[in-house]
Amino acid sequence: MPDDTRHTGAMRQLIATWGLLLCLTAATVGISRIDLGAGNIWAALGIATGKAALVIFFFMHLKEEGRVIKISLLVALATLATFIGLTFFDVLYR
Amino acid sequence: MNTSAQHHDAEGARLGMWLFLLSELLLFGGLFVLFAVYLQRYPDQFIAGGKQLSLAFGAGNTALLLTSSLTVALALEALRRNRYRLCQWLLGSTIGAALWFLVNKGLEWHAKFEHDLYPGSVTLRQAPPGHDTFFGLYYLTTGLHGLHVIIGGVILAWVLCLVRQGRITGTSPTILENSALYWHLVDVIWIFIFPLYYLLL
Amino acid sequence: MGKIIRMGEYFRRGFLEPSGDQPSLFDWIFSTDHKRIGLLYLYSISTFFAVGVTLGLLIRLELIAPGSTIVGPDTYNALFTLHGVVMIFLFIIPGIPAAFGNILLPLQIGARDVAFPRLNLFSWWLYIIGASMALSSLLGGGGPPDTGWTFYLPFAGETATNVSLAVFAVFILGFSSILTGLNFITTIHRMRAPGMTWTRLPLFIWSLYATAWVQVLATPILGITLLLILAERILGLGLFDAARGGDPLMYQHLFWIYSHPAVYIMVLPAMGVVSEIIPVFARRPIFGYKAIVASSIGIAAAGSLVWGHHMFVSGMSDTAILVFSLLTFIVAIPSAVKVFNWVATLYGGSIRLDAPMLFALSFVLLFSIGGLSGLVLGAAATDVHVHDTHFVVAHFHYVMFGGTGFAFFGALHYWFPKIFGCMYNNRRATWGWGIMIIGFNLLYFSMMLAGLRGMPRRYYDYLLQFSQLNRLATYGSWILAVGLMLMAANLLIALRRGQCVGANPWEAATLEWTVASPPPTENFAQLPQVSHGPYDFKKAGKP
Repeated sequence: MPDDTRHTGAMRQLIATWGLLLCLTAATVGISRIDLGAGNIWAALGIATGKAALVIFFFMHLKEEGRVIKISLLVALATLATFIGLTFFDVLYR
Repeated sequence: MNTSAQHHDAEGARLGMWLFLLSELLLFGGLFVLFAVYLQRYPDQFIAGGKQLSLAFGAGNTALLLTSSLTVALALEALRRNRYRLCQWLLGSTIGAALWFLVNKGLEWHAKFEHDLYPGSVTLRQAPPGHDTFFGLYYLTTGLHGLHVIIGGVILAWVLCLVRQGRITGTSPTILENSALYWHLVDVIWIFIFPLYYLLL
Repeated sequence: MGKIIRMGEYFRRGFLEPSGDQPSLFDWIFSTDHKRIGLLYLYSISTFFAVGVTLGLLIRLELIAPGSTIVGPDTYNALFTLHGVVMIFLFIIPGIPAAFGNILLPLQIGARDVAFPRLNLFSWWLYIIGASMALSSLLGGGGPPDTGWTFYLPFAGETATNVSLAVFAVFILGFSSILTGLNFITTIHRMRAPGMTWTRLPLFIWSLYATAWVQVLATPILGITLLLILAERILGLGLFDAARGGDPLMYQHLFWIYSHPAVYIMVLPAMGVVSEIIPVFARRPIFGYKAIVASSIGIAAAGSLVWGHHMFVSGMSDTAILVFSLLTFIVAIPSAVKVFNWVATLYGGSIRLDAPMLFALSFVLLFSIGGLSGLVLGAAATDVHVHDTHFVVAHFHYVMFGGTGFAFFGALHYWFPKIFGCMYNNRRATWGWGIMIIGFNLLYFSMMLAGLRGMPRRYYDYLLQFSQLNRLATYGSWILAVGLMLMAANLLIALRRGQCVGANPWEAATLEWTVASPPPTENFAQLPQVSHGPYDFKKAGKP
């Protein structure tokens, strides 16, 4: 049962997160108009990861969850990264 | 049914939901594997394809989904403080945003169809290899995501009914919690779709 | 007070008895009792196994002599496709986890049910719907699918047979598997009885836990792969069409990203079963408990990194072949850890050769043959020689049927008295086992030799030089079928006339043996306070 004191200011925090997310969206659109070569895609992915992290930690309350869910998320992301990475051993060197 | 085996475990319910979301993540992950590989192979065609997508629709829909993520998170907060009217109102806005998103998506797709850019269209079949691949992936990814928006919207509408009937309350918020988690995931996936498809340069 | 007494009576009843005044069929197919759902799985899985066996026997019958024997090439293609789909998706993948896992997981960790009982029932319904759709793809429309169970594109996108239906069926089955997996993970995390620490978990539970993670994280990749097939068939996106810039190899990557880890979904629970049976029948605690736990996790993790070894001759890059070949050899390490630990457990034990033990020991032997022949395939150089021959077919039947299949039978014989409260005839069970072992090895060893000599798989016809080995293999399939029927008959007779045995006929020390046989609804009147490990036989029969 969440107590009221813990949630004082929670709404304000959510709204601040939302503001930050909109700023980052504007930033990613802005950066994409500058030619950075291969840097563009990494900048876009980097900002997207930051936005996703904000959603996951604040909107989805991951910061209040226990270890099990946090580790599970890491395992899933590592698994996906491994799938992409190993596929590239084929694609890059064919 | 009120046996002790089914006594309520909110933390367990959230763990189950998170595991389901992780499997959803991997479902879209398969499409991201394909995107990465084909982007590596056809960078020019993918950039050309990305330029044909509407930045206004992409950015607008991003803002919509982010906002709807906020409203559903606030709805949960309102529920926990027993402010049911506010909660219902916020849930209603989330559903509204979902509908708006879908309308935008429909308009966007419609415009593409007008330009003869759809799976199997003559323009795409005659375009150089890679072009076709970009639009194939675009329709598949945004289509699957759109399907998730529809499912999420339906679930939230059901949740809204339950809140109205007083079957979801501040002391038993699990269903709203888990539905909100699902909705946030739909948002997280779009956060990656947007720059990858709309912002390629 | 009256209420308490009524609850007590309700509790004393076994889960097999009807629990209300509804018709008893509805009592079963809408029950959220994990044991009933497990039994529903057991019955349906066994039925589909019988279908798969029949299809397999027909394949072998066609191959008894060169040329067209009983079917033409198209029917033959349908036969091996459906045999693969039924055996893989309807039998081996759900086999041990969904049937025995459901029945035993809550019992072994001291819980009254799984974490999400209604979701559990929903999973079974999905399974039945998917299975019915898969089987109905046999009939009507363009005829049964002829792509092989791997549904390789671009062919699967073009064939006029009922591929869409079969693919959609498998998608639903995959969904069912994911839901079972997340249910099990949550149950193991949240519902262990007081005192049931992680190092007191039975090894079967650990194997289910590792399996469930693979189910949750790998199955979605199968889901998206199947959706891609459907998209190709319906929309013609050309994502894997080389002429339109697609890459057919990417289909194979996506397919095997799931389907290789799926091999471990199939075999890990089987290893768990063997880890339960061997200590009980050798009367010794398992050797190296923690090493076996680590190897289960290790197999699940390493098994997700090796899918490329299915593609050595597909035109993949040499670098990838090197990497995937190396990674494949790494899986041998945790597998070998298990085999050595089982053997070490046997050392110095007072071994009792009842039916469950015979099946468990034959698992060790047949799995080792299968695993070692897998190394021949994992090494890129030798793989080129035997790729797509009967050697491959024999290899995975040694692992899947000799391994998982025999462990499934072992589990059936081990937990039969617990689930049904009665005992089968051990002599007949032993005879069934012996006949199956002879038939199995005659069948698959002949195939292995034929494969080494160049007999290709998935061909309905072959050169005269392979006649003898093929004939032997077909004879073997008949012997195997006789053994299977004897085993089935023995168990069915036991269901009707089996003698009652007590709660703990094997004197095992895990929690399921502390409750009555068959276990009561809700399992435990009072949640047990666990005070010892799962293989502490001095304390057998106490929680």
